[in-house]
Amino acid sequence: MRLFSKILSVGIVTEPLDNGGEEVELARQVAAKTQKLLGRAVGIREVDAGSCNGCEIEITGLTSPIYDLERFGLCFVASPRHADMLLVTGPVTRNMEVPLRKTYEATPDPKLVVAVGDCAKTCGVFQGSYAVVGSVDAVIPVDVFVHGCPPEPSDILRGILAALDRLPPK
Amino acid sequence: MSAWFVEIFQVVFVVALAPGLVGLIRWIKARLQSRLGAPPGQPYRELGKLFHKEAVVSKNASWIFRFAPYAVSASTLAIAFLVPVLVVPRRLDMVGDLFVVVYLLLLGTFWLALAGLDPGSAFGGMGSSREVTVAALAEPTTATAIFSLALGAGSTNLGAIVAAALNDPWTVLTPGHLLAFAALFIVAIAETGRLPVDNPSTHLELTMIHEAMILEYSGRYLALLEWAAWLKLFVFLSLLANLFFPWGIATTLTPGALSWAIVTLLVKLALLAVVIAVMETRVAKLRLFRVPELLTASFVLALLAITSSFLLR
Repeated sequence: MRLFSKILSVGIVTEPLDNGGEEVELARQVAAKTQKLLGRAVGIREVDAGSCNGCEIEITGLTSPIYDLERFGLCFVASPRHADMLLVTGPVTRNMEVPLRKTYEATPDPKLVVAVGDCAKTCGVFQGSYAVVGSVDAVIPVDVFVHGCPPEPSDILRGILAALDRLPPK
Repeated sequence: MSAWFVEIFQVVFVVALAPGLVGLIRWIKARLQSRLGAPPGQPYRELGKLFHKEAVVSKNASWIFRFAPYAVSASTLAIAFLVPVLVVPRRLDMVGDLFVVVYLLLLGTFWLALAGLDPGSAFGGMGSSREVTVAALAEPTTATAIFSLALGAGSTNLGAIVAAALNDPWTVLTPGHLLAFAALFIVAIAETGRLPVDNPSTHLELTMIHEAMILEYSGRYLALLEWAAWLKLFVFLSLLANLFFPWGIATTLTPGALSWAIVTLLVKLALLAVVIAVMETRVAKLRLFRVPELLTASFVLALLAITSSFLLR
């Protein structure tokens, strides 16, 4: 019972769409884009190609009640076969090179790739390590890079919007 | 003529509203988690998208993999023809009774389990083994619980059971009915993969049951399987609503009676959706090895139900 009184007193904490602000405007654009391109339902598969988990924590933030990715019709899925978009983090390590390529092949067309974090572009502090193959675009084609170490959830949303921009209309 | 029209209308109605019911449950859950959540129409958009996407099939998969989505959706669709949703008695009551419905459900589970095994992925096999465990324990309970109602009505015909409860409303308060409702509710949750047996919103491979089997599917195959799973939930909930609270269901084929039946069914389903959403907010998923205990408890309830309906007949 305490749980439900807590739910009642907290109410909806998702940041509303109509209080201005850059992020809010951005989110509205994402909603409109996904509506047009994929029928407002985009499945996202997160692939950790060797990241330090900093980016993962920010990505998890997208599903929290504050950012609530689901209201835009975006959701995380369990398998690349269910996905429309891959969210790749970290420098690609030798162990993850083949799995990453296979994940890309397993994703049905039309598909998009968003590389999240500085490591995905430059390998960051892991640059030159014997365990690292290189940036994400050395292994699979990347549509958009999201900068930041780690990027904020709103930056990731911006990256998703940019990627949806690149999808040819059906 | 109009009798057959109603049969077709029922199936179209059930198939069209099944994704909406799931969307409603998800929306209520999101609100209880202090989120805005996706609108209840989201499952329709997912289906629309999936039907337009490419279907990637593993090169290890055989014909079973391609055939299974059609077998699963066809068997679920057949159940949608046989279950009393809006009207009793119906023409198709003569085609199948509760045993046909229970084993058609199992036929779908059988093909889905085969499809999970077929591409040879580790998670698919794990999901299939779990699904078959749950189905083996849940299936006798489904049959026994409905059979305890059949004892009172004197027929295994689902339409006749509903009609008998309509004629004599006090039977709904007999111990046999109440125990059977509890048993069937637990089984419905297990069969349709809701909490605490399976978590429909988790994507953690080690805990999922239903989703583990469909991990390899994409595009239109995935759309068919998801639609069939949602249809199964809709059918189970309308069975619960109509067997135990039959008021509102039409007994004549007049437009007034039919529209009243639609309104009451929607209200009953919305109430059940709220119950499921609140329950899923309250309980955590059971450890897999505790699931048989829950299902055994529901079987005992069904057994008590059938004993009491036999003794109090």
